[in-house]
Amino acid sequence: MRLLFIIGKRFSQNRLSLIGAFIVFLLITISLSAPFITPYNPTTIDVHNVLSPPGREHLLGTDELGRDLLSRIIWGSRVSLKVGFIAVGIAITAGIIIGAIAGFYGGLIDNILMRFVDIMLAFPTFFLILAVISVLEQSIFTIMVVIGLTNWMDVARLVRAEFLSLKEKDFVAAARAIGASDKSLIFSHILPNALSPVFVAATFGVAGAILIESGLSFLGLGVQPPEPSWGNILTSGKDNIEVAWWLSLFPGLAILITVLSYNLVGEGLRDALDPRLWEAERH
Amino acid sequence: MHQIRGNKLETLKVDSLRKYFFTKKGLMTRSLLLKAVDGVAFSIGEDKIFALVGESGCGKSTVARLVVGLIQPTSGKVLFQGKNIFEMNGDDLKRFRKSVQIIFQDPFASLNPRKSIMDTVSEPLKIHKIVGKKSLKDKVIELLSKVGLGSDLLHRYPHELSGGQRQRVCIARVIAVSPQLIVADEPLSALDISIQAQILNLLNELKKEYRLSFLFISHDLKVVHYFSDTIGVMYLGKIVEYAKTEDLFNKPFHPYTEVLLSSAPVIPTSGLWSYTSRITHHALHIIQGEVPSPIDIPPGCPFHTRCPKRFDPCNKIVPQLKEIKGRLVSCHLF
Repeated sequence: MRLLFIIGKRFSQNRLSLIGAFIVFLLITISLSAPFITPYNPTTIDVHNVLSPPGREHLLGTDELGRDLLSRIIWGSRVSLKVGFIAVGIAITAGIIIGAIAGFYGGLIDNILMRFVDIMLAFPTFFLILAVISVLEQSIFTIMVVIGLTNWMDVARLVRAEFLSLKEKDFVAAARAIGASDKSLIFSHILPNALSPVFVAATFGVAGAILIESGLSFLGLGVQPPEPSWGNILTSGKDNIEVAWWLSLFPGLAILITVLSYNLVGEGLRDALDPRLWEAERH
Repeated sequence: MHQIRGNKLETLKVDSLRKYFFTKKGLMTRSLLLKAVDGVAFSIGEDKIFALVGESGCGKSTVARLVVGLIQPTSGKVLFQGKNIFEMNGDDLKRFRKSVQIIFQDPFASLNPRKSIMDTVSEPLKIHKIVGKKSLKDKVIELLSKVGLGSDLLHRYPHELSGGQRQRVCIARVIAVSPQLIVADEPLSALDISIQAQILNLLNELKKEYRLSFLFISHDLKVVHYFSDTIGVMYLGKIVEYAKTEDLFNKPFHPYTEVLLSSAPVIPTSGLWSYTSRITHHALHIIQGEVPSPIDIPPGCPFHTRCPKRFDPCNKIVPQLKEIKGRLVSCHLF
């Protein structure tokens, strides 16, 4: 608990990160309460109000089928949130396991796993995702899994690097000397000390996953209309960009603000989780 | 080694222990052989303290890590109560892990920064099932009080403690399993002088209470003089002199030992530093040059490049460890 307090204190000293965290919190709240706060049903078509500009009726205007843009963006944030968290969850779980095993045991196991990482990194991820999705069923679930399984390599490398240096530390040797098992060394001694860069990478990863999902949906390979996602709203924005600027601007802004906020939080976390800075704090 | 074994009941016996490392510079270059430990042998009796001294880089710490089984040797044996620790597994290994403990030099690096003092000290108790869950906290408080720490530190983290406090936590954790042998790898050198004396006294008290044996590694001769029963002087991976502490300080045989003794700062005082007054009777030898790289050990006697008493065969023939007056020396002078 003391540690959490120190981390919190350090984090809150960075004003930009605090703003980022506030926006992230706000976005999560909004998307969770979407059914209660959206003024319209995001899929209700209103042919009398096609492409109406932002105004009193429709705060952010309507799209080419007369659907309320604000409601669609709010519902779209649910997709982004879901994809962001679950894809990153899959990525860091895979990355931690592979990185930990490679770093802890070293030698041949390390070599095999790291060459596999190199192979995975050699694929242009976005095109790999495109290829996989065009074969598999196009659902949010598929997207999340595919994004997760194509983005664990950085985490694996980070975790491996941490393990390589941490396993040589005296406190690990001391734990080994008192008879701690490999399992306990990996999970109880090394991993907690290796997690800070993972948290940071995860935060940046959420931003990345949101971008990938938007990109896929923009290309029509992600979330399928009529279900709203920021990406497919942008597609309709592109089709109508000469007559309806709001259809491109607002979902674009939503993506920008969200990604920026997560990145700011990531940066703040990176500083707050650095134990060397806690040392400085004391003196 | 038989001559100075002293005690029939050997807790630990180390026999022709070698640890070589291969250093790889680049893809195309030949890998170099680093002989960190090259044929070291000694034994430690029950309730005895054996000190290993030498300059930094002579392989002392590698010996420490080998003796507790943290690294595998290139060749040689470490016998704990007659059994080679590198062939142990299962219950034997678990008993060995419980009986032999290590204290490191840097108390800042040897405590897990993410674990509270309670977690750190209770870990060996849990692993070796020494006390039940209910009495865990009481036992930890008892151990902390034994090393002179209050129970107010239970929920603190290492970064909130001073160096001396951290080293006490390390000691509390080590004595939690009631070990028979403690390997202390320069346990004082990261601490302030005033704290050093306190920690040394603490180790001494614990030694009496638990009848502990020690492998005490140090470069500080005044500490060793006060604390140890026998001494091994190491130079470039080899023991060059092996003797009872009193004998060694009364009359060092090997020129390197002589140089080590005389290069210690002379503090005009009695008691702990009494040997310094004896040293002043000798001509003061100031050691010349740096320790040669263990990758490129000089031919002949490894010490001949810096030896004030070198003569003809020193740069050609490697001296062997010989028994002289109940002690072992490897020098052509004898």
